[in-house]
Amino acid sequence: MTVPVRTLDDGAWISVNNARAVSNSDIWPLASYDFCDCDVAHVLCESFFDVSVHRDTIAVGAVGQCIDCGSQDTIDALPVGRVIDGEFRAFEPGALQAVNEPQS
Amino acid sequence: MPTDVEEWKDEIYGTDIRAHMERFAEEGWEAIPEDEHDAWFERFKWYGLYHQRAGQESYFMMRIGPANGVLEPGQLRTIGEIAKEYSTGPAENPEFGNGWADVTTRQAVQLHWIEIEDVPAIWDELEANGLSTLQACGDSWRNIVGCPVAGKDKNEHVDALDTIHELHDTFKGNEDHVNLPRKWKVSVTGCHEGCGQGDINDLALEPAEKEIDGETVEGFNVRVGGGLARNEPRFAKNVDVFVTPEQAADVAGGLSALFRDHGDRENRYNARIKFLVDEWGPEKVRETLQEEYVDFEMYAAGEDKRDQYSYNAGVDHGHADHVGVHEQKDGNYYVGLNVLVGRIGADEVIELADLADEYGSGEARLTQRQNIILTDVPEENLDALLAEPLLEEYSPDPHPFQRGSIACTGTEFCSLSIVETKNRQVRFSRWLKENVDLPDDVQDFHIHLSGCTASCAQPQIADISLRGMKTRKDGEPVEALDIGLGGGLGENPNFADWVTERVPADEVPGAIQNLVQNYDELRDDGETFREFVVDRDEEELAELVEPEETDYEDPYMHNTKKTWYPYAEDDDMDASPAPNAADESPTPADD
Ligand code: HEM
Ligand code: SF4
Ligand SMILES: [Zn+2]
Repeated sequence: MTVPVRTLDDGAWISVNNARAVSNSDIWPLASYDFCDCDVAHVLCESFFDVSVHRDTIAVGAVGQCIDCGSQDTIDALPVGRVIDGEFRAFEPGALQAVNEPQS
Repeated sequence: MPTDVEEWKDEIYGTDIRAHMERFAEEGWEAIPEDEHDAWFERFKWYGLYHQRAGQESYFMMRIGPANGVLEPGQLRTIGEIAKEYSTGPAENPEFGNGWADVTTRQAVQLHWIEIEDVPAIWDELEANGLSTLQACGDSWRNIVGCPVAGKDKNEHVDALDTIHELHDTFKGNEDHVNLPRKWKVSVTGCHEGCGQGDINDLALEPAEKEIDGETVEGFNVRVGGGLARNEPRFAKNVDVFVTPEQAADVAGGLSALFRDHGDRENRYNARIKFLVDEWGPEKVRETLQEEYVDFEMYAAGEDKRDQYSYNAGVDHGHADHVGVHEQKDGNYYVGLNVLVGRIGADEVIELADLADEYGSGEARLTQRQNIILTDVPEENLDALLAEPLLEEYSPDPHPFQRGSIACTGTEFCSLSIVETKNRQVRFSRWLKENVDLPDDVQDFHIHLSGCTASCAQPQIADISLRGMKTRKDGEPVEALDIGLGGGLGENPNFADWVTERVPADEVPGAIQNLVQNYDELRDDGETFREFVVDRDEEELAELVEPEETDYEDPYMHNTKKTWYPYAEDDDMDASPAPNAADESPTPADD
């Protein structure tokens, strides 16, 4: 069964299963994804423009800016959590999670 | 594929929403099915209710939209009484207490902490007094804005109020126009100061005159496709149409129908009419409007008044706002009062309503600079009104830094926000007033702070533009602001250039201090700040902004969005009392 996912309030947050799941304005550290020249890009997620489900992983399209160097870009599929037994489990945005990072 | 929002709107939208909201109110918050929350909260917007951000579930922002910001005698009191009774939250705000009203940049009022259970009673009270929340948010005709002293002003060219009321009455609740692809913001200006800020609206009617059959006819030129949001600011474009006041509703309705039929319903981020104007160009908008939506031949644009615009224009003449005591055309006076960041306590709203009754006609008006005007004050009442203690705080003669401050909602309630805004702007203005000397001839200095790129505080058209961001300071992520310069309206409007980005919020007052000092030292005699900035390139300007720590203290440097309420004693998300179940008083979860 697929879970309903959507972006709402002009990209302020992601709804998974009709509940607020992930909010904008968090900082996501990205080590392997090529966002900017910083070793680890600390990307402030300004807003979401897309959300998708890949098997059990929820990924967002986001507009972001590195808080250290100021590079601005979009990320097409940033994994933000998983659906396990119908329940959404958010990844901790503050934690490095190289395994989950989108392919560059 | 149409978006989910479009599907929800197809199912139930417009006035059909109301019965459902009344049922939810009757049965309580829990009655809104959890798996339908997204759909219902999207629909509630049409009736002026906007669900507050994460951590504040079950609480709503309610927007009341009086056309052109005109509050008839009695209506200001109604708003104060409703705010007092229904708009208190589970925690206090250290600057504003508990129970207040926000005057908005679109001449509306916002109340917070509203619960669904109270909504029908609020509607009853509003409607009994001629007010409404209809279409205050959502995808349709929003509150129509214009010159806040329309009908009173000496500088008026046409009285826009009749046209505004006609548009309001025709298009609020109009079945053919309830469901547009996105919001539809309309401005109608009759004065030649440009106070309607038409350039940043989806549809602008601006004062113009036209020779028709040898006679000069007064009316409006039409511009389409303005707006500030999403890093995609646009000024409305001239579509080469002049309308007489009699034609205004037909043409405005034609444009709204054109937007309804041709706007993008598959991608909400591409839905505003500004993007259609980008795609088509103004010529095709005009052609399509003429061929498909208007059944008389439209006139070509008339002669406008834009070269006289002074409102928010950075010039040294005319008026940059409506604060202060000004004579009306009938010989009475209007008294514009400064409401810092638009927020005023519920009790004070009621007191102000008393003053309006006692000294004026009881009427009040809301401005796009988040201020309140009392109108129709006879000359003999002026001294007594000006001596009232309430006018010390809501002053007709405020310091320029307080007079010029605008701030949006920010992380206090708004789901899209990045940083705290209103309290911060209050603290900024207080510090600037104490510590920064403006040149003596500078009375107007506009600082607009928006918590994100949606730009509700219209940051791109201020002397100093502030926009929420984050940066790192001493190793930690902190709330920051981008600083922009060079924005403003007028004959030749400009959007600010973001010259210095990611300034830690506590270094912003220092940056403004240094910038003002540099301006004072380097300016030519009598040069306005806008002229000074327009004269210089981005690099040069960036050097004049020197962010610096001062004795200004900012209590909101941490991630305020991660709190349930940034000012609560225990602000942790887990300590949130929300959702507040129907028949319980709020109980903090850490009890
Ligand atoms: C709870 C969330 C929000 C709050 C409290 C809020 C508040 C406000 C306020 C106070 C105004 C001026 C008043 C008015 O329209 O009557 C405004 C205008 C505006 N809002 Fe919001 N807003 C919210 C969400 C959004 C979102 C999600 C967007 C996304 C596009 C947005 C975009 C704008 C823009 C662009 C303006 C004014 C500038 C213009 O005319 O283009 N707002 N909002
Ligand atoms: S500008 Fe952003 S933060 Fe401020 S009220 Fe609008 S959407 Fe919210
Ligand atoms: Zn970087």
